[in-house]
Amino acid sequence: MDLAAVVILDILYSIAVLVLISAGLAVVFGMMRVINLAHGEFMMLGGYTTIVSVNAGINIYIAMLIVAPLVVGLIGLVVERVVIRFLYGRLVDTMLATWGLSLFFIGAASMVFGNTTTGISTPVSGFTLGAYQINGYNFFIIVVAIALVIATYAVLRGTRLGLVARGTMQRPDMASALGYSADRVYMTTFFAGSALAGLAGGVMAPLVGLVPTWGSAYIAKAFITVISGGASVIVGLLSGSVLFGLVSQVFTILFTPVVGEVALLIAAVILLRLLPEGITGRFFRGRL
Amino acid sequence: MTISRRTVLKGAAAAAALASPAFIRNAFAEDPIKLGTVFDISGIFDAYGKPIDMAIRLAIKQINDAGGLLGRQIEHIGYDTQSDMALYTQYAQQLTRQDKVDVVHGGILSASREAIRPTLRKANTLYFYNIQYEGGVCDANCFVTGVTPAQTTEVQIPYTMEKWGKKVYILAADYNYGQLMARWIQKYFKDNGGETVAVEFFPLDVADFGSTITKIQTAAPDMVYSALVGGAHLSFYRQWAAAGMKSRIPLASTTLGVGSEHLVLTPEEGDGIVVCYNYSPELDTPANKAFTTAWGEMHGANTVPNIHELAVSNYQGVMLWAEAVKAAGSVENAKVRAALDSGLAYEGPAGMVTIDPKTHHATLDVHLMEMKGQKLNVIKSFGARQPIDTQLVCNLVANPDDNQQYEIKI
Repeated sequence: MDLAAVVILDILYSIAVLVLISAGLAVVFGMMRVINLAHGEFMMLGGYTTIVSVNAGINIYIAMLIVAPLVVGLIGLVVERVVIRFLYGRLVDTMLATWGLSLFFIGAASMVFGNTTTGISTPVSGFTLGAYQINGYNFFIIVVAIALVIATYAVLRGTRLGLVARGTMQRPDMASALGYSADRVYMTTFFAGSALAGLAGGVMAPLVGLVPTWGSAYIAKAFITVISGGASVIVGLLSGSVLFGLVSQVFTILFTPVVGEVALLIAAVILLRLLPEGITGRFFRGRL
Repeated sequence: MTISRRTVLKGAAAAAALASPAFIRNAFAEDPIKLGTVFDISGIFDAYGKPIDMAIRLAIKQINDAGGLLGRQIEHIGYDTQSDMALYTQYAQQLTRQDKVDVVHGGILSASREAIRPTLRKANTLYFYNIQYEGGVCDANCFVTGVTPAQTTEVQIPYTMEKWGKKVYILAADYNYGQLMARWIQKYFKDNGGETVAVEFFPLDVADFGSTITKIQTAAPDMVYSALVGGAHLSFYRQWAAAGMKSRIPLASTTLGVGSEHLVLTPEEGDGIVVCYNYSPELDTPANKAFTTAWGEMHGANTVPNIHELAVSNYQGVMLWAEAVKAAGSVENAKVRAALDSGLAYEGPAGMVTIDPKTHHATLDVHLMEMKGQKLNVIKSFGARQPIDTQLVCNLVANPDDNQQYEIKI
């Protein structure tokens, strides 16, 4: 019984991690159709922002949940103004440009922080569940992921800003005709996507040893999750994360972490063979 | 002014005339002895590599300050392999072909050693691997001054079994070191009447150990042995402590502390972990005090806590090689090897290092230690332990042409 609860918590945690690392990409790639290959590096920058802020004496929760998204969001804003805005609609060109950006960020982080492992301790202590001890921080990540999904849904669904953003992504010409600056909307959306990546990096930072190349470990998983999820931003993100989180964690528990990773990739290959437009291309069509 | 072919030729001739005296002087002076190194000074293994590099530079400086070897200075040619195994072969080629060094000290992970060992043997360049590892390398051109499992784990396991119980859960890095080390741990548990409940291997970039911690709790062992390696694997100790497991199941390790990890972990995360190595910065011997003082003077007193086992064994490796060069009166590979084979010994910061001519490994002192307040406190010391594991399979006196890493039958 305890074991079942712990295993379920492990699976939820693994789903939550996928939601976190893919949310920013779901906005930037899913909504804006910009292939941001520097997504992992945005996360890495979020991680470093958190560590630097904590070392500077800022409360760790403020560093993770506010400073990291803001800083990375602003970096994203600069990137959008300087590079991305000239490349909307040019899929291959954005890929090249953001790949270059990712190399630039890795190089810059290596110069500033050194090509070495840094880290901070987790702020949440463990707790007991029956006969088991559980890492309290995993629980925190699950909570953050749930809050993030709800908040994104609320913004996109419930606010005027969300409505305008969705409208602009579908028909920029109509949005302009109605008096909304498409340029401004793209900028804001890219800022939001970058900030989500920064949040993911900040929240993940205490769990791992951070190196400048850390982001590359997540970029593939994030893309797999978003592409398999399909066209709908939130339902796609959720369904992709649930599927792959479940598959990888079940195989990790039954076998080893290596088998878990392999199972995730195989599941993605099979899924995209059967549903080339992703899960939401077939099910939950037209949902947000 | 126009530059004609004639003025260029004139200039070149004048430059050659000016330069030639220096050239002639150089040719007649004694060239320096070239010592090559290849270590991961950056990247995820830099916690191992940086202090090693500092130790090597300290050893070379001390030798040069004392007048060099055979009246010649030592020139250090070092390459940073950036924790990338592919760069090892490249730089080893460069050291042997382009720089033509007289000796190479290098390699941290066993994978890196096996990447460069054949290159150095082929080029007939003497090779020192000064790192604790899984044992079994049998190559007349390769000298190993680090400890092997029979020297450390054989005393560590009975101690931990007596203290904690019989059942063990083993976690190891998924490459040759971890795979072989896990077998040694299983063997010694079996020999002492214990039992291995599970063994789990992790690729070097795995940083999430959540499901493993659950699995360990399900298996309920009396202790966990870790042969995890590198910066990413350090997360295990963090997550273990964060889950509150520290007080429930005790930990022992064959690698933790080798890269000064006890300084990166907080006392709450590290206290109580039992390890067994050749060196602890806490060793209270005159040789160690002289060494740490000299280190502080060269690299700054604030770096003294970073001195670790691998740094010291590389320092001892360079010093041992220097002794051999002195004894041989030459840097020629065959002569230096003959001098080392004569049972040459050197007393370093970690105690006496004696080369075993049969295996080209070293007889060393080892110390059982427990982490406490970010220090490695010595519990018990064992003097002059022979590399008996490698001795089981390797006899370079009888087969000088042997060249392989034996998987010791366990």
